Amino acid sequence: MGKHEIEVTINGKVYQEEVEPRMLLSDFIRDVCGLTGTHVGCEHGVCGACTINVNGTAVRSCLMFAIQADGQQVQTVEGLSNNHELTDLQKNFIECHGLQCGFCTAGILMSTEDYLEKNPNPSSKEIKEMLSGHLCRCTGYDGIVKAIEKTIEERNQSVLS
Amino acid sequence: MTNVIGKSATRVEDKRLLTGQGKYIDDLGTKVNTGHAAILRSSHPHAYIKSIDKEAALKMPGVKGIITGEDIRGLVKPFSVGVMAPVEYYPLAIDKVRYVGEPVAIIVAKDRYAAEDALEKIKVVYESLPPLVGIERALEEDAPILHENVGSNIANHREFNYGDVDKAFEEADRIVKHKFNFPKYTATPVETYGVVAEYDPAHDQYTVQANFHGPFVIHSIMAQALQIPSNKLRIIVPKDIGGSYGIKAGIFPYIVLCGLASKLIGCPVKWIEDRQEHLSSSASGTDRVTYIEAAVENSGKVTGLRMKMIDNVGAYIRAPEPASLYRNHANSTGAYDIQNLHIDAYAIMTNKSPTGLIRGYGGQELYFPLERIMQEVAKELNMDHADVIRKNLVKEAQFPYKTASGGTYDSGNYEESFELALATGKYEEFRKKQEEARKNGKILGVGLACIVEPSGSNMGYITVALTPEERAGSLPKSGAAEAATVSMDPLGSVNVRISTTPSGQGHETVAAQIVSEVLGLPREQINVVAELDTSTSAWSIASGSYSSRFASLGSSAIYYAAHKVRTKLFKIAADQLNVKEADLELEKGSIFVKNNPDKKFSVKRAAGLAHWHPTSLPDGMEPGIYETYYYTADVAQAPNEQDMINSSVTYGFVADMVTVEIDPDTAEVKIIDYFTVHDAGKLLNPLIVDGQIMGGLAHGLGGALYEELAYDKNGQFLTGSFMDYLCPTAPEIPNVTIKHTESPSPLTPLGAKGLGEGNTMSAPVAVANAVSDALAHLDIMIDDLPLSPTRIWKLMGEAKEKVTTP
Amino acid sequence: MKPPKFEYYKPATLEEALNLLEEAGDDGKIIAGGQSLVPIMNMRLASPKCLIDINGLEELSYIKNEDNTLKIGTLTRQSDVEQSEMVANVCGLLAEAITQIGHVQTRNRGTIGGSIVHADPSAELPLALLTLNGSVQITSKDEVRTVAAEDFFITYLTTDIMPTEVLTEVTIPLMEEKSGYSFQEIARRHGDFALVAAACHMTVDDEGLITAVRLALGGVEAIPLLIGDAEDILTGEQLSDSLLAQVAESVEMESDPESDLHASSEYRTHLAKVLTKRVLTQAYERARG
Ligand SMILES: Cc1cc2nc3c(=O)[nH]c(=O)nc-3n(C[C@@H](O)[C@H](O)[C@H](O)COP(=O)(O)OP(=O)(O)OC[C@H]3O[C@@H](n4cnc5c(N)ncnc54)[C@H](O)[C@@H]3O)c2cc1C
Ligand code: FES
Ligand code: FES
Repeated sequence: MGKHEIEVTINGKVYQEEVEPRMLLSDFIRDVCGLTGTHVGCEHGVCGACTINVNGTAVRSCLMFAIQADGQQVQTVEGLSNNHELTDLQKNFIECHGLQCGFCTAGILMSTEDYLEKNPNPSSKEIKEMLSGHLCRCTGYDGIVKAIEKTIEERNQSVLS
Repeated sequence: MTNVIGKSATRVEDKRLLTGQGKYIDDLGTKVNTGHAAILRSSHPHAYIKSIDKEAALKMPGVKGIITGEDIRGLVKPFSVGVMAPVEYYPLAIDKVRYVGEPVAIIVAKDRYAAEDALEKIKVVYESLPPLVGIERALEEDAPILHENVGSNIANHREFNYGDVDKAFEEADRIVKHKFNFPKYTATPVETYGVVAEYDPAHDQYTVQANFHGPFVIHSIMAQALQIPSNKLRIIVPKDIGGSYGIKAGIFPYIVLCGLASKLIGCPVKWIEDRQEHLSSSASGTDRVTYIEAAVENSGKVTGLRMKMIDNVGAYIRAPEPASLYRNHANSTGAYDIQNLHIDAYAIMTNKSPTGLIRGYGGQELYFPLERIMQEVAKELNMDHADVIRKNLVKEAQFPYKTASGGTYDSGNYEESFELALATGKYEEFRKKQEEARKNGKILGVGLACIVEPSGSNMGYITVALTPEERAGSLPKSGAAEAATVSMDPLGSVNVRISTTPSGQGHETVAAQIVSEVLGLPREQINVVAELDTSTSAWSIASGSYSSRFASLGSSAIYYAAHKVRTKLFKIAADQLNVKEADLELEKGSIFVKNNPDKKFSVKRAAGLAHWHPTSLPDGMEPGIYETYYYTADVAQAPNEQDMINSSVTYGFVADMVTVEIDPDTAEVKIIDYFTVHDAGKLLNPLIVDGQIMGGLAHGLGGALYEELAYDKNGQFLTGSFMDYLCPTAPEIPNVTIKHTESPSPLTPLGAKGLGEGNTMSAPVAVANAVSDALAHLDIMIDDLPLSPTRIWKLMGEAKEKVTTP
Repeated sequence: MKPPKFEYYKPATLEEALNLLEEAGDDGKIIAGGQSLVPIMNMRLASPKCLIDINGLEELSYIKNEDNTLKIGTLTRQSDVEQSEMVANVCGLLAEAITQIGHVQTRNRGTIGGSIVHADPSAELPLALLTLNGSVQITSKDEVRTVAAEDFFITYLTTDIMPTEVLTEVTIPLMEEKSGYSFQEIARRHGDFALVAAACHMTVDDEGLITAVRLALGGVEAIPLLIGDAEDILTGEQLSDSLLAQVAESVEMESDPESDLHASSEYRTHLAKVLTKRVLTQAYERARG
C-alpha cells in the first residue's frame, strides 16, 4: 500500500498532504509542514520534547502516526502566542528562567497549557508529577516549576479581580 | 544602562525559543539532493569483522550509497590524540569492532526511513573475541587486548610526586585508605547529535553544519584525519544547540564520517542521531577506580595523599582524553591544604563506548574518593566530619594559594563559605534531629562536601599526559585563549560575534549586557551572533563551550573587544571636540566632556564618520569600526620540568550540605534538603547563575542516585533507552537552597569565574557521604554509585548479617 | 528509530475491525493508544505488516456502573478513568492504580484495554484487574467470550487473546460496604514501571474480622501473581503482625522474580514482602474505616 492523503489542521491551518502510513506525526509536523518548533528527543515516548495537543489534549507526537491525525485538530508551540504576543505562561518562563537551551521547552509548554486547563489549581507536587513526563537536562526544573506556579497565581488573581 | 553587568537580566534568547523559532541543527533547511543517513552499529563488544555484505541493502528503494570501513581505508588517517600509544581510531570500524554501538557502515538514502530499511538488510559476519569489561582486569597480564599494536590496554600512564610524600606517610599517626569506583554515566542532552555535511569537489572543500560545541583543538584533528588543509574544513555551528554539557564535543568522528560519505556518495549527507545511538555510542564520562590513601595526624590534619587513578576511556582513546585524568590536576587536593601528593594515573581501554567531555569533567571522579576519604578520616578519628574539613581547608590568608601540583587558587574564603553552608543547613540542629529519629527507627544522614571548581582550562594541561622528555619533543602548549568581535555599522548599530558556541547558557544575553555597559547603549540595541563559522569567525585553538570558560574567558574577550571599540569612538570624539580622550565620558549613546557635558558627540555620529567620512578621522586611524580581541590569561602557563601545572585559570569554591532519609524497609534514599554555597567570584547575571547551578546539581544528583551506562559482564550494553538510563525528572529533584559568597577573581577584568559544573562534581559525593553517615550505625562502606535501593539494600543486608553472625 | 512499513486500516465499526483482523491473520495488529506499540515499532522490535487502528470506534469508549459492576470500554483513555468521579467513588483501587501509570501525557492517549493486552509483568492495570477479580470481554467474528483476569495472563507480554480477537470491555465487580483497598508500588522514578507493585482488596466485618481478601503482586513473576494463601491465612482473623509475617512468607515462597539492572531478584522478593505488609495494613485500616 502506498501513500495516503490526509488532512490535518495545525494551529488553525489545514495541511493536505500525502504520507506513508508509517510516518510519525512528529516527522510530519516538522519535515512536511515545516513547523520545527516541535522537537524530537527520544522517539520512544519518554523525553516529552515532542508533546503537542491533539484535539485539545497533550500527547506525544512521536507515538502517533501522521495518518492517525487525519481530520484532527493539532496545536503546536507555534500556535500558542497570538500575533507575536506571548502568553502569560511564556512570559513567566522568561521571568523565572524556565529555559536554557530551550529544546525541551515546547513540549513542556504544550503539556502545561492542557494540564492547567483541566486542573487550574494544582499543588507543587502535582505540577512536578505532570512534569515527570518531560526531561530537561539544563534547568533542574526549578525555573520551570516557578514559571508554572507564577502563572497559576496570576490567573487566580485575575479571576478574583 | 550602566551597571547592567551583575543584574538578573532576562534573556534575549528566550522569545525565539518559547515560540518555536529556535534554529537547531535539525531545523535548518537542506539542499534538495540531500541524503539522509542511518548508521549500522556493532552488536558485538569485541570481534573481528569477517565480511560485510551490502548487496541486498544497496538494492533497497531510495538508497544512494553505503560506506563501510573498507571504503574509507586509506582515505582517512587515524584521529590524533595526545598520548604516545599508537591507537588507531577511525570514524568507522576497520577490521575489528571494539564496543557495542561502534559504527560499522553508514547508509545514505532519500530519507531516514528508507535508510533504516536498508540497514536491516546488511549482513555482517563477526568472529567474536573475548570481551574486556572490568577496569582492573584491563591491567592483568592475561586480559584480552583491544589494540594489538599498542600491546597492552594502557593508553597512558604517568606518575607524579609533589612534596615529600613518603615522609608524610612515615610520620603520619594513621593512614586511612580505600578503593572507590566511579561509574560510567553521561549527560544526555535532549537534542541528540546532528550533522549536515557537504563535500564540494570543485574546491576539494568540506562544509559541515553540526551542533558541535568546538571548534577548539578538534578542528585541527578532523582536518588532519581528512588529510586536507584546515581551511578546507569549514564548520558552521547553528545559533541554537539543544544542550551539550560537554557531550557534543564527541560528535567529531561523525563530522568526518558524514563528510567522507558526502564525498564518496556525491550528495550532501544529513544525519540526526537517534536516542538509542546516543546512549550506546556517544561520548560519556569515564568510569574510574581510585585507590586513595591519606596520611593523617590525630588532630585530623591530612598531611599527604596518594591516589592511584585508573580511568576507563572506553574502546578508543580519543581527544580530548586522557584529559579527564588531568583537567583537575592543579586542584587534585581539592579545597585542602595538602602539600605532599602522589598520583599514579592510568588511562586504560576496555570494550565500552569511548569517552569525552562531560559537565564536571574529571571532577566527579576526583572528588568522589577525595571527599569520601575525608569523611572516613573523621570516622577513623571519631571526629565530626565538619571539624576534619575545617582543619584542612585552605585558609583565607593563604590566597593566592599555591597547590602541590602547581595550581594557583586565585581567590576565595573557603572557611566562610563552608560555615555559611553549615549555618544555612542548620548542621548542629540536624545532628540532634538525627539522633532523635534513630530512636524511632528512622535513618537520617547528613553529607558534606567541599570542592574547588576549576574553570577556563589551560590548553597546556593536557600535555602533562606526556613526560617532560616527551613534551620536549614538540611545541609547548599553554594559554586559554578566546576571541570576540564587536563592530559598529554606519548607523551606529552594534554587532557582537562570539565563538563560545553556547548551548543554553545565555551567552547572547551576557555578551549583550557586557557590551551594553562598555558602550553605554541599551542592551536591546545590541545584536549578538552566536553562530560559529570556522571560516569567518574569530576563534582560537581553545574556543568553544567547555570547562566553564565563558564567564572567565569568553566574557573577558567580549569586554576587551568592546573596549577597543570604545577607545576608537573616544579617539574620534576627542579629535572632533578638540579635547583629550581622558577628559571624555560616555553615557546614553553620547560622548561628552566630563566637566562640560554640553560639549558632546554622539556615538552614532562617531560611527558614522568612521564609515561615511574616513578622511575626517584622526591621522593614521583605519576606517570602519570592527574590533577583534583575543584574550588569554597569563596564568595559563605550560607545565614545567617538575610537572607543575596550573591547569585552569580561575578556581571557584562549592560547599554542600545534604540531608537524606533512608527507608529502613526498602532502602530507598530520599533527599530531604540540599544546601549549596558557591563562590564564583563576581556574578555576571545572578538569574543565569542560579539556573546553571540548578542544572549542574540535577545532573550531579542523577549521577548520585540514578544514572549509569551499564554493561553486563559480557560487554553487552544494558541501558539503551530512556526507560533504562534514568535521568532525574521534576519529582526527583529535592528542595535546594543556593547561597553565594563573592571573592572576585583578581585575574579577570570583571572578577568573574566560571560556574555550572560545581555541583555535578560535588553532588555525587555529598549524597554518598550522607548515605554513609545515615548508615554509620551499620558500619557500611559506600564506595560505588549510583546509590540505587537495590545496592543499598544489599549493603544493609550484609552489614546486618555481620552483626548477627559474628 | 523509524518504524518499518505497514498497511494501515481505520475501521469505522467493530464489525469492520473484526473482518480486517480475520483477513490479516497473524500479520494484523491492533493499535489503540500506541504508547507501548509505537515505541517498540520505532525500535524495530515489532514489525506488524498490517495495523488496524481502533481509535475510531467511539462506542468502545465508556465507563458505566451496571448492576454493581464497573464496565469500561477498551478504548477508554487512562486519563478518562483517572478523572472519573464515578470510578473514584466506587473503585478506589483502580483510581489509585491509574495515577501510577506512566505520565499525564501517556495516560492521555494510552487505553485501558491496551495496557491489559500488553501485559507487562509490572504494569498497574493488569495487577489491579486481577486483585479486583475482574474479567475481560473478548470479541471475535464468531463469539463474545468473557475471561477472568486469573486466566487471562499467560506469561510475559502474552495473554489469552488471539490475533483475530479484540478486547472490548473490562468488567470489575464493585466493592461491598465494609471494604478497603490499597495499591502501592516501588519504582525508581515517578512514573516508571514498578520494580514491584502490590495491591489488596479486603472486606471486614463489624468485629474487624477479615471476611474476604485478595492480594496480588506485580513485578515478581512473568504475570501478575495472586497470593492465594493470603485468603486462607487471613479469613476470619484480625490483622496482626504475626499474620502479616505469615503472608509475607507465602509471598516469598511464591515469587520468583528476575534480576535486572535496577533490582536483583532478592531485592524484588524483599520488596514484595514489604509491600505485602504495607498494602494489607492500609487496606485493613481503610476497611475498618
Ligand atoms: C514513557 C512511558 C511510560 C510508561 N509507563 C508505564 C507504567 O508505568 N505502567 C504501565 O502499565 N504502562 C506504562 N506505559 C505504557 C502505557 O502507557 C500504555 O498505555 C499501555 O501499556 C498500552 O496501552 P495502549 O493503549 O497505548 O496500547 P497500544 O500500545 O496501542 O497496544 C499495546 C498492545 O495491545 C494490543 N491491543 C491494544 N488494544 C487492544 C484491544 N482492544 N484488543 C486486542 N489487542 C489490543 C496491541 O495490539 C498491542 O500489542 C508507559 C509508556 C510510556 C511511553
Ligand atoms: S521524542 Fe517523543 S517523547 Fe521523546
Ligand atoms: S532547557 Fe535545555 S533541556 Fe530543558
